Amino acid sequence: MKQLDALLAHCTEQAFDLHFSKARQWKAAEPGRLLLGFLPIYFPREIVHAVNGMGVGIMGVGDRKQIIKGDAYYQSYICHLPRGVIEMALDNSLDDFDGFVFPAICDCVRNLSGMFKLVERGKFQRYFDYPQNFSPSIGGVFFRQELEKVLDDLFQVNGVKLSTEKLNHAIGLYNTNRKLIEHIYQIRQDYPWRLSAVDTYHIIRAGLVMTVEEHNQILEQVVEVISEERGEPLDNIRVVISGSFCEQPPIGLLKSIEMAGCYIVDDDLMLGSRWIQGDVDDKSDDPLGAIVDAYLTKSTFSSAVYDVGNPKGDRLVKLVKERHADGVIFSAASFCDPALLDKPEMQKACDAAGIPQINFQFHENTGQFKVIKEQAGTFSDSIKLWA
Amino acid sequence: MADIKDAIKEKSMVIQKDMLADLFKELGNTKETGKKVVYTFVPGNLTELILSFDMLPVYPEINALQSGMRKKSAEYIREAEKLGFSEDVCTYVKCDIGMMLKGNIGPTGETLPPPDLLLLSYTGCFTFMKWFENLERLYPGVPVAMLHTPYQEDGKITPEQLEYMVKQLKEEVIPKMEQVSGKAFDMDRLSKMMVNSAKAEDLLVKILESAKHKPSPIDAYFAGVYYIGPIFTAFRGTDAAVEYYTELYHEVQERIRLGLGPITPEGEMKEEKFRLVVEGPPNWTNFREFWKIFYDMGAVIVASSYTKVGGVYDLGFRHDPDEPLESLAKYCMGCYTNMNLPQRVNLLADYVKEYKADGFLINSIKSCNSFSAGQLMIMREIEHRSGVPVGFIESDLVDPRYFSYANIKNRLESYFQMLGQRKVILSQEGVEV
Repeated sequence: MKQLDALLAHCTEQAFDLHFSKARQWKAAEPGRLLLGFLPIYFPREIVHAVNGMGVGIMGVGDRKQIIKGDAYYQSYICHLPRGVIEMALDNSLDDFDGFVFPAICDCVRNLSGMFKLVERGKFQRYFDYPQNFSPSIGGVFFRQELEKVLDDLFQVNGVKLSTEKLNHAIGLYNTNRKLIEHIYQIRQDYPWRLSAVDTYHIIRAGLVMTVEEHNQILEQVVEVISEERGEPLDNIRVVISGSFCEQPPIGLLKSIEMAGCYIVDDDLMLGSRWIQGDVDDKSDDPLGAIVDAYLTKSTFSSAVYDVGNPKGDRLVKLVKERHADGVIFSAASFCDPALLDKPEMQKACDAAGIPQINFQFHENTGQFKVIKEQAGTFSDSIKLWA
Repeated sequence: MADIKDAIKEKSMVIQKDMLADLFKELGNTKETGKKVVYTFVPGNLTELILSFDMLPVYPEINALQSGMRKKSAEYIREAEKLGFSEDVCTYVKCDIGMMLKGNIGPTGETLPPPDLLLLSYTGCFTFMKWFENLERLYPGVPVAMLHTPYQEDGKITPEQLEYMVKQLKEEVIPKMEQVSGKAFDMDRLSKMMVNSAKAEDLLVKILESAKHKPSPIDAYFAGVYYIGPIFTAFRGTDAAVEYYTELYHEVQERIRLGLGPITPEGEMKEEKFRLVVEGPPNWTNFREFWKIFYDMGAVIVASSYTKVGGVYDLGFRHDPDEPLESLAKYCMGCYTNMNLPQRVNLLADYVKEYKADGFLINSIKSCNSFSAGQLMIMREIEHRSGVPVGFIESDLVDPRYFSYANIKNRLESYFQMLGQRKVILSQEGVEV
């Protein structure tokens, strides 16, 4: 128990360390190391690891930092995440980063990449364009070229060339990472009381700011502890949270949902860490090709990915059934076009499958949870009483 | 609110009205004619390609803005919000979906036909993708052709990006068009259309650059979106478009010769007091009142970014008959909202300088992240680089709940007063204004 308490304390601290202390220490420990910051949702950190770097997730400042300059860069009708990120860029919290990658998920993150260019933070700032064409000979070729651009950026910083051996090794480490995270989700599916959703969130988010080797050790220990019975089962309903893949809800919101009688058995909160469903081939002669192939064929569903032919609503319903969940909580950040434009169709798919749902919006620094707790509590009660 | 009179129109405006009426009539008759209909977007439109298959284009965002101008958008937006669309999201999307749910009545009162093909040319706006994912579910069974346009991340179009686009055109878009239209792709026909495209593009650039004259013979924002630009999107590649732009060009030349200012809905603007560059889309629900605030104050917009969402031709791009597919790809990648922020800043700063603008104004749109995210930084950069006073107002595309006439008028009047004072001071210092 003490072991888990210590791990949780460590992860809780790291998850919201907006000075990225561990990553900075890691870089400072050896010459030639580099830090690459990436925005939500997904970036294949394997390629950074393979060239002596660390891919560090920048998930916003949540309710942990006062926004002073950032609000002067964004109108009130823009989501909250980018104003926290530009705040960090302007107050020098990101000074030790060598470069930044802005994955193609929405117009706000896209334009934020341009703002980083204008304020000249990092040695490079790259908008990372994911293909929306999933044919290997079209989208696959394009995706590989995008990866090669980042590799070239990284090479310009530390002069380390990518090798097959190193990339296969990195792929293996991240395969282990995803497997362990999935194992935690599997245990929580059957025994959600053994590890709260908030603790799970802290553990996974902490993995974005430390080495994958250290994170794997933490995950292994967590799996070991929660493989044994702990905690007390409660008369809670089981829910899946959908729509929080970029701007992250404050911890208070997750706590409120749990306290209102909901076990969160799956979510899209740290979606980037779980993006590839299954393993990437780590014994390939062409490991970069293996990463491309995994993206094209093993990506999870997301509002950032074109879904005609494979609708997200159907995939959400499938997930709910696999997790034996009772309902869905649509929880999207305010002004998040991708999540909010997907919601009606996803709700329709849930309705057709007889899956109850509620929805609300948040900001990463939302401070009042009473209404959300009441809404989630009523949802829980209604399912317990009438479902 | 402002007192709105009947609009005064020039010959080109009448021609435009007739051309658009004919298009909507043709769209209303597709059941009889059997012509296939393609829904697509203005930025990165593949008009020549669509027309080369004898299909008819429908532009949902044009329908939405027309609904805004006809005071229908509030009802349509409400309809979409009833379906679960958030108040926060793009109002073009909600207006279009609401219009479809309420019978798909077009701007001329005729019912628009449903799409035979959804051509998702995804240029410079992530929301376009979400929009057509929704339409695909609202029109089940209608094929979708996706053309993913890479962003000008490095401020240039790379050979790899070009190859990606051309491959998509060849292997995804054109085969679907052949399938839907029942016709084989005809490269020669497409190429010939591009001869016309380039002619119209030359004329369009000359017309837009006429605003460099003092006084400017055109308003490059309000008139730009009202009668200079729209024909371009739907008719590019046709003889009719070349004829229209030839007529318009002659009109503009005549205005320059006579030393006249722009034509407004209430006639000629008598005195050009302020020359502005404007960034961002206009408000459509109160378009006339919005424009009136400017012309009443003697403010003319000499260059704007919104008239470049359908192509930044003044930077030199022309559709090229010798490489039709490559030039379609370059066109899509070159549209304004597909340019990165430093490129946008450079373009706008150049406009301020080249068009001798007195000020730079942003109309920030509540529901358009593609434009709005980053605008405050653009504003600072332009102020820093050009030294002209900058202004900032907020409204929305087609949601009337976000157009506050009094607030906007108040802000603009203060801004124009400041510009006026600055002119006085500069002239006292012997600076040419």
